[in-house]
Amino acid sequence: MIFHIELFIPELYLLALIGGLFVLTVGPQAWWRFLRHLPLAAGIGIGVAAVSLQFSGQFPSLMFYGAYQVDGLSQFFKLAIFLGLAVTCLNAMNQPGLSEEKRPDYFLFLCLSALGLMLLSSAVELVTIFLALELASYSLYALIPLRSREPAAAEAGIKYILFGAVVTALAMYGLSYILGVQHTTYLAELVTRTWSWSETPAALIGIALFLGALFYKLALFPLHFWCPDVYQGASNETAAFVATLPKLGAVVVLVRLSTLLDPSMEVTLLLAVLAAVSMTFGNLSALVQTDLKRLLGYSSVSHAGYVMLGIVAATPAGLSAAAFYAVVYLLMNLACFWVICRLATDGRNLKLDDLNGLYQRSPGLALVLAVSAFALVGLPPTAGFMGKLFLLNSAWMAGYHWLVIIAVLNSAIAIYYYLNLVRHAYTREAPVTATGKVQPVPNPGLLWGGLLAAAVLWIGVAPGTIFSMAKVAGAALLP
Amino acid sequence: MTETGFPVLSALIFFPLLAAIGLFFLRDERTIRLYTLAVGLIEMGLAAPLFRFDLSTAAFQFVEIMPWVPAWNMNYHVGVDGISILMIFLTVLLLPLCVLCSWTYIGKRVKEFHFCLLLMIGACVGIFSALDFVLFYIFWEAMLIPMFLLIAVWGGPNKRYASLKFFIYTLAGSTLFLAAIVAFFVNTGTFSIPELMTHEYAFNFQFWTFLAMALAFAIKVPMFPFHTWLPAAHVEAPTAGSVLLASILLKMGTYGFLRFCLPLTPAASEYFAPLMITISIISILYGGAIALGQRDMKKLIAYSSVAHMGFVTLGIFVFTLRGVEGAIMQMINHGITTGALFMLVGAIYERSHSREITDNLGLGKYLPAYMFFFGLFAIASFGFPGTNGFVSEALVLIGVFEANYLLGALTIPGVMLAAAYMLRLGLKLAWGQPSQAMTWADLTPREWVYLAPLAALVLYLGLMPALALQTINPSVVHLLNQYETRRTLHLESSLQPEPPAHIAQLPATRGTDQ
Repeated sequence: MIFHIELFIPELYLLALIGGLFVLTVGPQAWWRFLRHLPLAAGIGIGVAAVSLQFSGQFPSLMFYGAYQVDGLSQFFKLAIFLGLAVTCLNAMNQPGLSEEKRPDYFLFLCLSALGLMLLSSAVELVTIFLALELASYSLYALIPLRSREPAAAEAGIKYILFGAVVTALAMYGLSYILGVQHTTYLAELVTRTWSWSETPAALIGIALFLGALFYKLALFPLHFWCPDVYQGASNETAAFVATLPKLGAVVVLVRLSTLLDPSMEVTLLLAVLAAVSMTFGNLSALVQTDLKRLLGYSSVSHAGYVMLGIVAATPAGLSAAAFYAVVYLLMNLACFWVICRLATDGRNLKLDDLNGLYQRSPGLALVLAVSAFALVGLPPTAGFMGKLFLLNSAWMAGYHWLVIIAVLNSAIAIYYYLNLVRHAYTREAPVTATGKVQPVPNPGLLWGGLLAAAVLWIGVAPGTIFSMAKVAGAALLP
Repeated sequence: MTETGFPVLSALIFFPLLAAIGLFFLRDERTIRLYTLAVGLIEMGLAAPLFRFDLSTAAFQFVEIMPWVPAWNMNYHVGVDGISILMIFLTVLLLPLCVLCSWTYIGKRVKEFHFCLLLMIGACVGIFSALDFVLFYIFWEAMLIPMFLLIAVWGGPNKRYASLKFFIYTLAGSTLFLAAIVAFFVNTGTFSIPELMTHEYAFNFQFWTFLAMALAFAIKVPMFPFHTWLPAAHVEAPTAGSVLLASILLKMGTYGFLRFCLPLTPAASEYFAPLMITISIISILYGGAIALGQRDMKKLIAYSSVAHMGFVTLGIFVFTLRGVEGAIMQMINHGITTGALFMLVGAIYERSHSREITDNLGLGKYLPAYMFFFGLFAIASFGFPGTNGFVSEALVLIGVFEANYLLGALTIPGVMLAAAYMLRLGLKLAWGQPSQAMTWADLTPREWVYLAPLAALVLYLGLMPALALQTINPSVVHLLNQYETRRTLHLESSLQPEPPAHIAQLPATRGTDQ
């Protein structure tokens, strides 16, 4: 067995963090004050992942009997996962509606889920992928109902578990077909096998079922139905995690699996159709939402469709565009959720009307919200535009002209509800209190929100660095 | 190519954007206004090197090129030619004027207002100087956000509806434009506009990309069936917003036709010319007729814009030298006169608090200076000889008559309509009864300062248009030559598919055109 500890540092670091959190959960209450340093610890993880990204080219990258691959793609995503984890931890630090004694457990599960996603980004064998996916999911099953005085949270938790279990079972069933027909579960070997209706129909059914598990994570139509309900039921801070990091995990596996796809395959066409339906359905449903998290839930359904543009293209350009977009999506969604979490000081669900006059209550947060909303539409000069442009380019190159046209028309639909966020924040007046004053947002956390918004703008103006990282990641997969 | 070493265009684009950040550190409203005014004056100073523009060449000048995203062959590439340089001058000139005309008009959220203003100007200069397709699109879309806020925050009573309509209309129009950009890139492997102009495209490709681009531009202009956002936006926008909307934003559409449709898709442009000409004439007649019946001054001027912009698109799509030159002149002149008219409406609104014509009657006796400016810009607007409007309308009409007598005859009623609605407005404002203007003060020095430069330009361009025409002439000649060659080339290549044949004919065809 090949094992290079240098390549495994990010996972080991996170594992150590989890070990520490576990000690906190069983230790005396006096130790809980160490929790304050968790965001910083996760932030150091970003540096650790960056270092391992530098190392990634220097060693033979396959480990654990060929089941675990450390390459540019995986380290790039590990970096992004640490980034997301740091921000969500910071975001959830003073979570209202989470009792004090549950906080160590909350963060333990948060980190465990991130570890699952991290393993997922390196897994190149179907059983390993499956296990990593389950690690990431099971931790979330425990997290979602953690919201006091909220029956909807329990409902959301049950929905997520039940549907998740069904999808998992189907994926397992698909895996058995693949193993039975192709006699291997290693991606590297699966690539060399034939995938066609005429010769190996069972394997195709198998891969379709297996993809279903990933689509469930990604919230792609028709496996999107849990998404708005779970976002709405879970606390704002948990929703910020569920909406962002698991998508990264799903995208990285899809990017790896897409080396199996070929534009001429029937499955690929089916995926393209799903992408189109997903973005249209998500956008149309979001138009009528008034609950902010439901709105973002449907928006993530449509974004899942956008990411698929790069996956179905299955070219190095497409894969790197998908990887790039996943990171951009992480940033812009986190920025949006940052504003929501800061506004909902009592942990309740926000309606659109709660944004009224945000510019008066906190001009900085209003700006962060505007930047993230315009980024989610894909309007320049934000990162959302660059991400979308790269996806459109790669899809058009692969010949999916109709899909590109559907995608651009969708941004015309999407603008209405994203713009609504900005309109509520800027053109409506804030409710006044009895004293006739506007109540400012007590703890806006402008520094971090501002940094997220600045990152979204910066990647939009100068996407070169991040994209070249994504490009190395994508190019490593396809010759 | 004039290389000054100093990145003039980048300075013009990024100086307002950087200066906008400086606004965050200011508190006092007066300081903010003075600061933005100073930024505007410095911006004008920064534009001074552009006067070294070489009048003898059609090539892009003041070119700056820098790699941006090498993976997708995207460059930061800016430059100007005769088609764009005048629009840049106009944009830069408008910044201090807009600050001045909002001095008392804007009373709330002054800092944000000037922030939006600076972003607008930076983005607009960017639009007219971008030579990379993606860069162009970025400025094109980014401009929407400050404009939306200008209408939505500082607008009139119906601002929510108007701003939403404006935003969705223009954004929806340009989504397919993005698909067209992607298609061009995949077809040629470059986003560089000058390089794209040298490629040949199959007719089918031109057909669809022309439609996608023309939709975006036609909405921006706006041409007849897509014009409904304009009156709503104009009426609700604050004065500075209306001025920018009329003077710069509408020109982006016609600039797009000139910069992209004609050079990139010449065969499709010719194919669709009858349609575009028909729509232009409908815009002229319809806009004029509707303007005749308006009671709201801003609405009247908004509909007159539809008609005037119809002249621009008409001039472009007759493909004659005079027509296109007239169209570009009309872009500038409409920017000057209509911008000034909106400023005047804003000035009187501050006195009467109404935009209805009937509330602003009989100003001639009490506000003579105001009426002088209003009269000047009104007659310039309908093309009275001696004013700038005459030069451009006459050129467009000559160009149209050169192309087709019947077409020319159809546009004449449009010219008469323009005189009718402008004179009607002018008469009522000057001598209408009963007048409420007894107590109103005439123009203040501040108002003199922002109206006088535009009035000077009206007379200068009306009496001595030679320099402006010289500036645009080489580029227009080049544009039309390219168009003629590639249109015929295309027909030949579709008739006889052997490549050597049309390479041999290339110089010959060019020769006959000149």
